[in-house]
Amino acid sequence: MSALNTHSRLEKILKAGHLGVTSECGPPRGSDAEEVKKKGLLIKDYVDAVNVTDNQTAMTRMSSLAACIHLKLLGIEPVLQMVTRDRNRIALQSDILGAASFDIPNMLCLSGDHQSFGDCKSGQNVHDLDSMQLVQTVRYMRDEGKFLGGDAIKRPPKIFVGAAANPFADPFEIRVPRLAKKIACGAEFIQTQCIYNIDKFKEWIKRAADRGLTEKTFIMAGMTPMKSVGMAKYMKNKVPGMDVPDEIIARLAGVPKDKQAEEGVNICVEHIQELKEIKGVSGFHIMAIEWEEKVPEIIQRAGLYPRPQV
Amino acid sequence: MIIAKKKPIEEIIGEVENFDRILILGCNECVTVCEAGGKKEVEILASALRMNFMAQGREKTIDERTLERQCDHEYLEEIRADIDKYDAIVSLACGVGVQFAAEKYLTMPLLPGVNTVCLGANEDRGLWTERCQACGSCILARTGGICPVSRCAKRVMNGPCGGSTNGKCEISKDVDCAWQLIVDRLKALDKMEDYEKVAPIKDWSTDRAGGPRKVTREDVKI
Ligand code: SF4
Ligand code: SF4
Repeated sequence: MSALNTHSRLEKILKAGHLGVTSECGPPRGSDAEEVKKKGLLIKDYVDAVNVTDNQTAMTRMSSLAACIHLKLLGIEPVLQMVTRDRNRIALQSDILGAASFDIPNMLCLSGDHQSFGDCKSGQNVHDLDSMQLVQTVRYMRDEGKFLGGDAIKRPPKIFVGAAANPFADPFEIRVPRLAKKIACGAEFIQTQCIYNIDKFKEWIKRAADRGLTEKTFIMAGMTPMKSVGMAKYMKNKVPGMDVPDEIIARLAGVPKDKQAEEGVNICVEHIQELKEIKGVSGFHIMAIEWEEKVPEIIQRAGLYPRPQV
Repeated sequence: MIIAKKKPIEEIIGEVENFDRILILGCNECVTVCEAGGKKEVEILASALRMNFMAQGREKTIDERTLERQCDHEYLEEIRADIDKYDAIVSLACGVGVQFAAEKYLTMPLLPGVNTVCLGANEDRGLWTERCQACGSCILARTGGICPVSRCAKRVMNGPCGGSTNGKCEISKDVDCAWQLIVDRLKALDKMEDYEKVAPIKDWSTDRAGGPRKVTREDVKI
């Protein structure tokens, strides 16, 4: 693929043809930076970059940008997640510049869960731009060196821009066209929703590859190990846009309770090994929610360690 | 039309508690059609208030009247001759009507008897649903005639978001995903190629964001 646009290590790894590995770190519900740092240090050597979520599930937390800065100062490369739910185009552009001022080199553009899921159900939402338009905005600021309003930016942000994709949400027939749209808007990498339905994911990425889309962006497959059969059932029934096949639930239910977490990790490792071989999969995004200590094990067992030096 | 919902009777009782001569003022337009503030609802509210105050042994005058429209000077003038008979008016019109009456009768307390909900349609018997948020710059031509501004919980212009499940919105199984409806319509119109056109960043200055809006038409001014 093309030359480097930023100083992002993630960009370098992906463009060098290696499988990229990212993980995520949710900022705490308080102002103690140690919590972020601890999580970051746990996975530092096993991943190329760490996503920092932006008030995920609409629960108020420490700001993603602040947590990214804490990680960056520890030598960990952050992926700043930014949702369009809470900020208008002034605040979004301003935070992009703020991130760039700390040389945070990656961003993931999202719409964000609806506020009714979180702790401010009676709050407003903004949605001045949508996630695709946010991708366009970052690219415009970087590539044209201009604000949306047209004025020139002094030292434009050098940011490698990603977007999310959910291969499983409805309606299925537009999942690939939707990916095409995100790429047309300028998404350079894609991190997918957690994959449990491997067959459906393969079908999606095949259709994407048939349209040449996997040549135009780096698709990182989203992976979340199941901690228990309870979690699997919850994900299946309660989390919008999540596709958990019954076989996964049956497999977890088939082992004693104290072995379910281990089985969840096994499933995750097997899935990564299977998807590594699939054309169009450029890497993995491992989201072990409040279970960061398992990330090194998964990455090692999946054969993704050591990380390439670029 | 404008969809409104009756306010809880306890709230209205609380508001009129200290007034002795009250006019319940209905409107014959939208609120009549959505059965929240027409002649029938004026009657029901007036009797409920009378019964309530009677039970407390309190004497109050509670009159009923329904105007053709409350968002119109001409019809609002009809109550001018009687206005001094009252200490307060409970208007069952939408927020527009209540305000128009308040502007006209400067010293008269005007209390809303309904909650104005949205611009919507009568989808079924007893069911009214939102269709438009008056964004001031209609994009329906691009979205198969379905409005993502009013019907998508995140106003996504290039949807659906990742939360769309079985045609429903992530916020509730009872809410249709606007983008599922848009895709269904584009398919029915054989216009799926339009789906891949990226919607430009919207100019919200014609929306609420731009401040109170107005329409001026020199050609219809007298
Ligand atoms: S696009 Fe704007 S004007 Fe058109 S229906 Fe939606 S809210 Fe109303
Ligand atoms: S599920 Fe559909 S209607 Fe709901 S927020 Fe997402 S795109 Fe909008």
